[in-house]
Amino acid sequence: MTIASPPSPSPQPLRLQPTGWLRYFSFSLDHKVIGLQYIVCGFLFYFVGGALAGVIRTELATPISDFVSRDTYNQVLTLHGTVMIFLWIVPVVNGGFGNYLIPFYVGARDMAFPRLNAVAFWMIPPSGLLLISSYFIGGAAQSGWTAYPPLSLTTPAMGQILWIVSVLLLGGSSIFGGINFIATILKFRQPGLKLMMLPMYCWAMLGTSILVVLATPVLAGTLILLSLDIVAHTGFFNPAAGGNAVVYQHLFWFYSHPAVYIMVLPAFGLVSEILPVHARKPLFGYVTMVYSIMAIVILGLVVWAHHMFTSGTPPWMRLFFTIATAFIAVPTGIKFFNWIATLWQGRLALNSAMLFSCAFILQFVFGGITGVALAQVPFDVHVHDTYFVVAHFHYIVYGGTVFVIFASIYHWFPKFSGRMLNEHLGRLHLALTFIGFNLCFAPQHWLGLNGMPRRVAEYDPQFTLINQLSSVGALLMAISTLPFLINVVMSLLQGPAAGPNPWRALTPEWLTSSPPPVENWIGAAPLVKEPYGYGSTEGRIDVNQARGQDLWRQQP
Amino acid sequence: MRIPSAILTLIAGMALVLLGQWVANDVNWLPVSASTNAPVYDELFRVLLAIGTMLLVGMTGVVVYSLIRFRRRDGDQQDGPPVEGNLSLELFWTAIPAVVVLFLGIYSYDIYDRMGGMTDLNAHGMDHHVAELASVRQSQPGDEERIWGGIAPASGNETVLPVEVTALQFAFVFHYPEQNITSGELHVPTGQAVELRLKANDVIHAFWVPEFRIKQDVIPGQPTVLTFTANRIGDYPIVCAELCGPYHGGMRSHVVVDEPESFATWVETNTPATLS
Repeated sequence: MTIASPPSPSPQPLRLQPTGWLRYFSFSLDHKVIGLQYIVCGFLFYFVGGALAGVIRTELATPISDFVSRDTYNQVLTLHGTVMIFLWIVPVVNGGFGNYLIPFYVGARDMAFPRLNAVAFWMIPPSGLLLISSYFIGGAAQSGWTAYPPLSLTTPAMGQILWIVSVLLLGGSSIFGGINFIATILKFRQPGLKLMMLPMYCWAMLGTSILVVLATPVLAGTLILLSLDIVAHTGFFNPAAGGNAVVYQHLFWFYSHPAVYIMVLPAFGLVSEILPVHARKPLFGYVTMVYSIMAIVILGLVVWAHHMFTSGTPPWMRLFFTIATAFIAVPTGIKFFNWIATLWQGRLALNSAMLFSCAFILQFVFGGITGVALAQVPFDVHVHDTYFVVAHFHYIVYGGTVFVIFASIYHWFPKFSGRMLNEHLGRLHLALTFIGFNLCFAPQHWLGLNGMPRRVAEYDPQFTLINQLSSVGALLMAISTLPFLINVVMSLLQGPAAGPNPWRALTPEWLTSSPPPVENWIGAAPLVKEPYGYGSTEGRIDVNQARGQDLWRQQP
Repeated sequence: MRIPSAILTLIAGMALVLLGQWVANDVNWLPVSASTNAPVYDELFRVLLAIGTMLLVGMTGVVVYSLIRFRRRDGDQQDGPPVEGNLSLELFWTAIPAVVVLFLGIYSYDIYDRMGGMTDLNAHGMDHHVAELASVRQSQPGDEERIWGGIAPASGNETVLPVEVTALQFAFVFHYPEQNITSGELHVPTGQAVELRLKANDVIHAFWVPEFRIKQDVIPGQPTVLTFTANRIGDYPIVCAELCGPYHGGMRSHVVVDEPESFATWVETNTPATLS
């Protein structure tokens, strides 16, 4: 051992950082603290976004505009989309779990740039508060999360500018995080750990971070031009001043389609970590999974115009974007088949983490099927901008990422806190969420096919019953968070102790105490060359007894 | 007696195909079809629905089966078999989706072609589309270039009824240039191609008639042409499908499809009297 122990450890060492619960409110440089800051902060915004969704579903329980004013309704739907994407899903699946897990997976003590990391997190609460407070100072933006000009140029400027500023800050935070992940994964791996030995979540985060770094600056530039149109009356996107509104759509979707993969690729990575542990089998097809992620990254950058099939795009463009979009189904399909093959013949623990992951598979497959359908121009022309699209993308982003966030919390909560969650409450949470989610969004496919456009406060009375069904589903989804919250609070107070490795997992975050010490491991970091080495019967060491050093020494 | 798993798989596969067929043929989730391109659209929809149902039910079945069949019994601490992959299996499920997706792409290209969507592409490139819209040129010489909406009548030789559509917050205004009628609702005869010349005055709107299966964004600064042929008498909603402001949900109108004779009567009663 070459680690020098301090000569005389004073009983009360001088610390620059606050300790105890106070560190979660500090500018902490510990990647685990930052990860939990992201997750908890994201959850608070999830409740805000969920409350806004509640306003939308209450308004739509009747076919007339009677719950909130029409202006407010448009502000609510804009805030709902922006909060859920930029303050809940993107920060939690990237910043939250990424910061917590990536240093463990590469065998590092922290992220490559700890201060940048803390800055990236601390940009989020102020910009989120700025966005929400815009509702109280003169009204929030009203032009949807897409902010298409000329509508975004003609609605009240104050709300739109505050929206732009907060999205710019959130995009900046996302870029800082992305740079940090790329540097950590490529440069902070411990000696001997090759790229193809990394847990799949590292690959997912590498792919995601490449997308973040390539695409987010385009959104930033676009929004700056849009703000110039609003404030300085330039004419980039304003047809009345000689601009072109469609150019904005191209630039916007050049970021915002990859944004879908920025949300789902980390979720794919998390599921790839959860399934092998609870199925007691190696992850099926590691190499094809890696290539699939990279294929999704490349294809994801060249499909944006499928959001614009009714915007008068030329036919050659429609043909190209149809085929490029539909082809994303191939690498995505590989991942799903590989997960199912991972389950096959395993020894599946039917706990909340596993069940949420399986619900994710079913829901994302549904969303993927409607996605391939939507890629077909003639099909899309009818259902574009209708509730069919609303249903489709909620199956992708809620079914595809929020279910995974819950699965991940059930899986890693013992590591975060050192205490187990209650499985009965967890399964109740799953059942309520699954039923509520499908009741809320499945009927919306029919609404879209039959003539209900999205983003409306009033609709044809023939759709009343189906909308009320959908609202009941939304209510169930809201109720479903109660068992989860009770579970978390009860476990934190009096949950059974988890021990270092309750799932008998092999990935490095489990080869340390729960919660882990500040620098992740006491002594040397374990070198895990086979993160999914389940099922082998020869030469196995009992993980419950193993320490990091055992694995470190076990080199072939 | 144990039934071999190959036979069970075959039976499950056949059941899936039958289910897909049944869903495609006997389940109707679309509104009535009232234009010539709607049946073509519905054909594509049935194919997508059949493939989608087979995939969704199949995948759900396998996941649920695995969860039940391979669940861990209490106290079981053993691992599953150490299978890390299977190249031929992985190639198989790379190839199958690739073939399905390619087939769908070609098929929807064909559908789009039959709806008239590819006319422009076949007539070498995007710079020539204005030439095709002869009627636009003739009636409005010197008019600015119009973007072509992507769906055209199957044959271009019939007489076309031009209608100017102006979308503004929060209404559609229809003007018949040849009859000099201005109306808040659209009247069209069956069997005659109608050419909508769309323009927006303020923000982006979208012209959508669910029963015709057509939708076109109406973008300020980008006049657009959209063509359709109605073939079923009735009164169908026109819906604005692009968020256009507070009253977006109320921006609705309707299209009345009449026999050519009734349409002629409507034109006659609505044509403004002229001094001549």
